[in-house]
Amino acid sequence: MTVALDRPVAVGKLVRRRRLSIGAVVPYLQAAPLALILGAFLLLPILMIAVVSFWDYDFAAMYPDFLTTNYTDTLGSWVTWKTYLNTLKYAAIVWALTLFVGFWVAYFLAFHIRTTAMQMVLFLVCTVPFLTSNIIRMISWIPVLGRNGLVNSTLVEIGLIPKPIEWLLYSEFAVVLAMVHLYTLFMVTPIFNTLMRIDKSLIEAARDAGASGWQVLWNVVIPLAKPGMAIGTIFVVTLVMADFSTVQVMSGGQSASVALMMKNQMSLLQYPAAAANAVVLLVLVLLMVAGILRIVDIRKEL
Amino acid sequence: MSHDKRTLEFYVLAAFFALFVLFLYGPLSAILILSFQGENGGLTFPLNGVSLHWFANLFERQAVGDFGGSFKRSFILGLMVMIVTVGVSLLAGLAFRQKFRGATALFYLAVASLVVPSIIISLGIGVAFQQIGFRPAWYTSAFGAHLTWTLPFGVLIMFAVFNRFSPAYEEAARDLGATSWQTFAHVVLPMIAPSLIGVGLFGFTLSYDEFARTLMTSGTFNTLPLEIYGMTTNVTTPVLYALGTVTTVFSFLVILATLGAIAYVGGRRPRA
Repeated sequence: MTVALDRPVAVGKLVRRRRLSIGAVVPYLQAAPLALILGAFLLLPILMIAVVSFWDYDFAAMYPDFLTTNYTDTLGSWVTWKTYLNTLKYAAIVWALTLFVGFWVAYFLAFHIRTTAMQMVLFLVCTVPFLTSNIIRMISWIPVLGRNGLVNSTLVEIGLIPKPIEWLLYSEFAVVLAMVHLYTLFMVTPIFNTLMRIDKSLIEAARDAGASGWQVLWNVVIPLAKPGMAIGTIFVVTLVMADFSTVQVMSGGQSASVALMMKNQMSLLQYPAAAANAVVLLVLVLLMVAGILRIVDIRKEL
Repeated sequence: MSHDKRTLEFYVLAAFFALFVLFLYGPLSAILILSFQGENGGLTFPLNGVSLHWFANLFERQAVGDFGGSFKRSFILGLMVMIVTVGVSLLAGLAFRQKFRGATALFYLAVASLVVPSIIISLGIGVAFQQIGFRPAWYTSAFGAHLTWTLPFGVLIMFAVFNRFSPAYEEAARDLGATSWQTFAHVVLPMIAPSLIGVGLFGFTLSYDEFARTLMTSGTFNTLPLEIYGMTTNVTTPVLYALGTVTTVFSFLVILATLGAIAYVGGRRPRA
């Protein structure tokens, strides 16, 4: 979009005149496949969920109706509220940890690695695990954290603890650890992207004006990195809010999340109940994203 | 900061970065080693001998479900998603270079596709297919479900690419008498080819590893991630690690091949 606007006026006119006959419909044709696919597989299914959330159901089927019991049942239950709180707790903890780790990794790559080639190599090193299977990456913690895993046996061996620590695996700790493992890259990439665009002369100017290292970081680098942090936050928060597999596998069934609750309802064929939960979760997630988008204009950051 | 001497900050951060890399790769290498566990070995260290037993186990049908079939389905699905993602993202990227009605709405729809929880998409498509009367299958409903995850990535990447793309090259081509198609095929396409390959990599790997969106949409036959997910609850032998090793090695090969392709395409033309 900005490219089109930045074009010199004369060139814009020339292009427009030449294309006037067919030009007007071209962008619509080009955008049509995307619009059709997202319409069919995103908008329609969400509409369907909204409709079904008001339907009646029993153990075998769903019946078109207009009931609010699916909502009152789920929102009237203490378990639901606890599950939402638990999910939000995971989101907050994982967000804070990935932001901290992601920022310093990105900062190191952007400001301490001198050659572009080395930057790209190290960035790829961080990216590659992200392109492999999430479930395998979860499973890979079992031999590390398990009762007889690497961490426990090492700690027992050197005499630091008398017997294996039980809460390393199949616990909330394991869930958080695995989520940080899975999602930190979503924070690193956008922050790295914004840091790379900071004009280095700004930092030198701050130095020349007498700012200390921390002052440069706090008053120059971090404010300029905020858009990247916001985009990373959108990714991490929405991924954690939607997570059921990490919670299920890593907590060994001892912890709950909203999506896991939905999945259990789906496996019991309680689709309208799951749909009501889906609507509540979707509204919550979209509100969070809308809040973050007030801070940052994504289109400017791409 | 281009000081000549490394500061203390550098060493602290370098150590932090090294720890982060260890954190990323450590557990992965643990299962890589343990997949060579001896026949009587368990899920944790120490290694009880070294064998290929669990890899052999992988290819016996009854041991781990339908590994071969689910791998084939995931592979084909990944290719389908890759091709459509590249094509549709490229077209959308070109569309966003011009002004058109609904451009902003479409852009935010793509962003929404990224943030809507995957299980909601899975449920929605599952229920929609059921109500319309279509049978869900990995090549229809799961295919669409995967596209809602890969397309926003593709579109955002193309958007970023065209944001930085100078129209001067196209103007030069046109001034030299090239048609719109010639301009696109001989000027624009070669310049954005590396990015397109990157979009293809994203499309393939995101689909190949996706399972939340496949949960309700795969129909009768499982994709590989669903098969692995099922195994996490009922398989307690290192065959799980063998499967992990095989799929991870496959992912690495795909990434390497892609990087090779990008280097090849990028190397064929002089840098702009």
